[in-house]
This record gives sequence, structure tokens and C-alpha cells, in this order.
Amino acid sequence: MRIGLVCPYSLRVPGGVQNHVRDLAEALLDGGHDVSLLAPGEDDDALPDYVVSAGRALPVPYNGSVARLAFGPLSAARTRRWIREGGFDVLHIHEPAVPSASVLALWAAQGAIVGTFHTSTARSRAMSAASAILRPSMEKIGGRIAVSEHARSTLVQHFGGEPVIIPNGLYVDRFASARPHPRWRGPAGTLVFLGRIDEPRKGLAVLLESFPAIMEKRPGVRLLVAGQGDVEAARRSLPAAHRDVVEFLGLVDDATRSQLLASADLYVAPHTGGESFGIVLVEAMAAGAPVLASDLPAFRGVLDGGELGELFPVGDAAALAESAVRLLDDEERRSALRRAASVAVRRYDWSTLCRDIVRVYDTVRATPGAVGEKV
Amino acid sequence: MEWFVLLAAILVGIALLMSWTAGRVDRLHHRVERTSAVLDAELFHRSGAAVELAASGLLDPASSLVLLDAAHEARAGEGAERQQAESELSRALMAALDSADEVARLQRYDGADELLHDLGNACRKVELARRFHNDAVVSASSLRRTWPVRWLGLAGHAPLPHTVELDDSWPAALP
Repeated sequence: MRIGLVCPYSLRVPGGVQNHVRDLAEALLDGGHDVSLLAPGEDDDALPDYVVSAGRALPVPYNGSVARLAFGPLSAARTRRWIREGGFDVLHIHEPAVPSASVLALWAAQGAIVGTFHTSTARSRAMSAASAILRPSMEKIGGRIAVSEHARSTLVQHFGGEPVIIPNGLYVDRFASARPHPRWRGPAGTLVFLGRIDEPRKGLAVLLESFPAIMEKRPGVRLLVAGQGDVEAARRSLPAAHRDVVEFLGLVDDATRSQLLASADLYVAPHTGGESFGIVLVEAMAAGAPVLASDLPAFRGVLDGGELGELFPVGDAAALAESAVRLLDDEERRSALRRAASVAVRRYDWSTLCRDIVRVYDTVRATPGAVGEKV
Repeated sequence: MEWFVLLAAILVGIALLMSWTAGRVDRLHHRVERTSAVLDAELFHRSGAAVELAASGLLDPASSLVLLDAAHEARAGEGAERQQAESELSRALMAALDSADEVARLQRYDGADELLHDLGNACRKVELARRFHNDAVVSASSLRRTWPVRWLGLAGHAPLPHTVELDDSWPAALP
């Protein structure tokens, strides 16, 4: 099958949607399909050759953070040409409502179109106004996928209907094969945090606030923080006595990331919002790290309501500290969480998801009409 | 003269809006028809796979008979009766293949794996086809409720489409 994938965000910047689309492209290629991926960004050699540029990506504030999007007449023309010359059997647009290559592609195309919705946003006046503008193009999507229950309910609120849920995926074995490394082990346990340190919604502040209480109960405990951002500012937010204890590793590569998770006694996800799915929790679970996460709807879903990892009230540093100490003290509970999680993550493996997604393609393609430019 | 130009511009604007909206209504009606045909085909495929499993001799005779009967009823039914019969077929499948152990046991027999895969695939496709059909129906109905469509009669005499409501859950253990 010849598949056209559209990603609204630049692939040069890491992010949940971008990773998902790239992994999907590779899973489809492995399955013997023919894939072309349209995304914002300059033509460059660092990207795989199935990637096609939708034009220069400009940083714009969108949906609460700064995203690199492609829009304007040049991007629109490139997108139209890609559709016209692509000869696709199915067009799979990610985030069809994001004003970038996605909206342009949906506007320009007709035929067998699948849309995957990643974001969940509370109902807002801006979004309701946008949904009125977007509705005519949304009507062209023959199969709608939401990545989580949360994303699905947002979608239903704005556009109605019955989207199917196919979660974000990962290559489970890449994480499961990671082994703990002595350099990350602490005498009284190791806590790991992943994510941008200056993005408030990732919740590092909550974890740092709770850390003195954890250290008091478990002297010698290590806290490893991996992610981009202003280290000095984060360090200043800690009391002087704890400043040198927290280890900031900066941005780490994928191998180090898996190794960190495999070495962790506890992976802490103190996010305060903005999460639609929580793929990072699944990654931690696949690598064998017991998870302690804030009780966001998306995380609750991934952790099966607390069966596969523990939850604490969102933003509650005292509760975080209490749960972390209890889990660090309880080796048995952590092993039980590890075991349950290692089985549960299989459902997120790309081998399973790719099969589900191809089934969606087949169903949408069964209603005749190859992909082409709108007339 | 000026009022004349203004009036002409307004009329042209209304005409453009009408033809554009009529095009949307028309496309959505087509999508409703096509997705309905796809759903029919997938349901037919599923009852066929159920008949094959029932006739294979893999299941116990009681389950085989129940499944065969449910599949037959599903194929014979019309309209609301059919939706009822298809739901019964889903329940019959769930009863016949209710545990992972049972499915694993069946898979050890020659040819069973293929039958079960075919059935699993058919069940999942029924769910997708039904959801995508209902999506089309919801889009069409909500467009038909908007004022240009109602006031100008852009939907013509096409009957208002209805969503298909049936229990399309399947045995969780199916491969």
C-alpha cells in the first residue's frame, strides 16, 4: 500500500507526535508498505529519505507552548504538489486541526483520509470557534483515531461521532533490552525524572519541592534529572543543602535514556497537565522502572487506574514524597509493579499497533476514491 | 447604480454559499451510503467466519449449533432486527470463545489458527466500519441541522440517516 503521512511539527524538534509519526513510518516500511512523510522543515540530509519538506517551519505560540509550524502560500503549494504527485492509496494526517502541514493537506486532499488526534484540550471559546472553521474539512476524514480516552472525549466534544482509540506506540524491545548500570545506582535508591526542566507542565518543580522530605527519610537517595532547560534556575529553586545532591544530566540520547530508566528504583512523572497520553510512562514501564505519577486522567488510563503504577494527587509535593518513600522501602511492591507493567506494555508495541492501523486503512480504502487533489 | 452592484454581490455570495453547502451535503450523503455498504460487507464477512468456525468441528457441538444459528439469523435479518441479530452473534462468539485458555487450546489444532485469525480480523473490522459509518452519519445530520440547509432545502428529499447501534464487542482472546 502507498501511504502518505503528514506530521504538523518539525521532525528536528523532539516531541510526542513527531516520535509517533516517525516510528509509525518505520513500522509501516518494515511491513512492506511504501511511505512518504510530509513535515515542516528545511530539506536536509539528517532526515531519512522518506521525509518530504512542507516548507520552512516558523516558531509560533500554539496550544500553550511554542511549536514549529509550516504555513503560508509556499507551504500550501508544496503540500498540494506532494498530494498530486504522491499517488497515495491512503492519506494519514496527524493532528488534522493543527494549523500547519496537517490543515493544509486536509484542505487540499480528497479520497481515503485517516486522521489521528493526539491532543486533548478543554473546551474553550477559541476551540469552539475553530471547530466551526474546521468542520468542512473534518468531514473529509473517513476514519478518525484518538490516541487516548482523553483525546477521544475532546474530539467527541468538538465534533461528535465515534472515533476509535489506537494508543501511541513504542518498540518495547528497545527499552526492555536496556540493563541497569552501576553508575546510576544510589545507596538508598535512585529516582529518575525525564522531560524539559523549564516547562512548568512537566512538573519538575513539584518533584524538587518534595525531594528534601524524601532525602530526610532515605539519606543517600539519588535524583537524576534528564532533560533540556536552564539548570541554574532549577538548582536555585532548591534549598542550599540539597543543591548539589540533585544531578542534572541535560539532554540525553536514547540509549542513555533507556539505561537510566532500567537503573531507576522509581520513575517519577509529576506532570501537572497538558498530557494527552503519557508515552513516557509506557517507556519507563517497558524499561522496567516502577512508576509514580500524578493522577492526571491520561496517566490514570495508562496505569490502569493504579494497577500498573502508583498515582498521587496532581501538584501535591507532600503526597509525592510520602508515596516515594513508601515505595522505596517496599522492594516487593516495586517488583510486583515491574512484573505487571512488563506484560501490559506489550499492547503498545508497534507490531500490534501497526496491524490495527493498517486495518483502519483497509476499512477506509474500502469506500472507493483514491487520494488526490481536491477539485 | 451602487445599490445595484451591492445587491448583485450579495446574491452572488448567497449563490456561492448555497452551491458549496449543497456540495458538502451531497458528499456526506455519498459517504453515508458507501460506509454503510462497507459495514454490510464486513458484517457478512464476520458471520461467514463464524459459520466456518462452527462447521470446523473444533468447538463442542452445543457451541457450534448456537454459533451457526446466530450467524444464520444475522444474515437473514433486516433493519432493526438485523442489528439485534448481529448483537446476538457477538454475544454467541463471546460465549463460545470466552477465555484465553480456550482460544490457546483451539489454536493447537491444524488449521484453527487461520480460522481464528480470520474471525478476529473480521470482528475488529466490523467495529471500525460501524464507527466510521456512524461518524459519517453524525457529520451528515449535524450539517443538515444548520440553517442554510434547512431553509434552502439543500438536502432534497434524502431521508435523514441513522446511526447503526449494535454490540460489536468481540472475544478479547481472539488473535
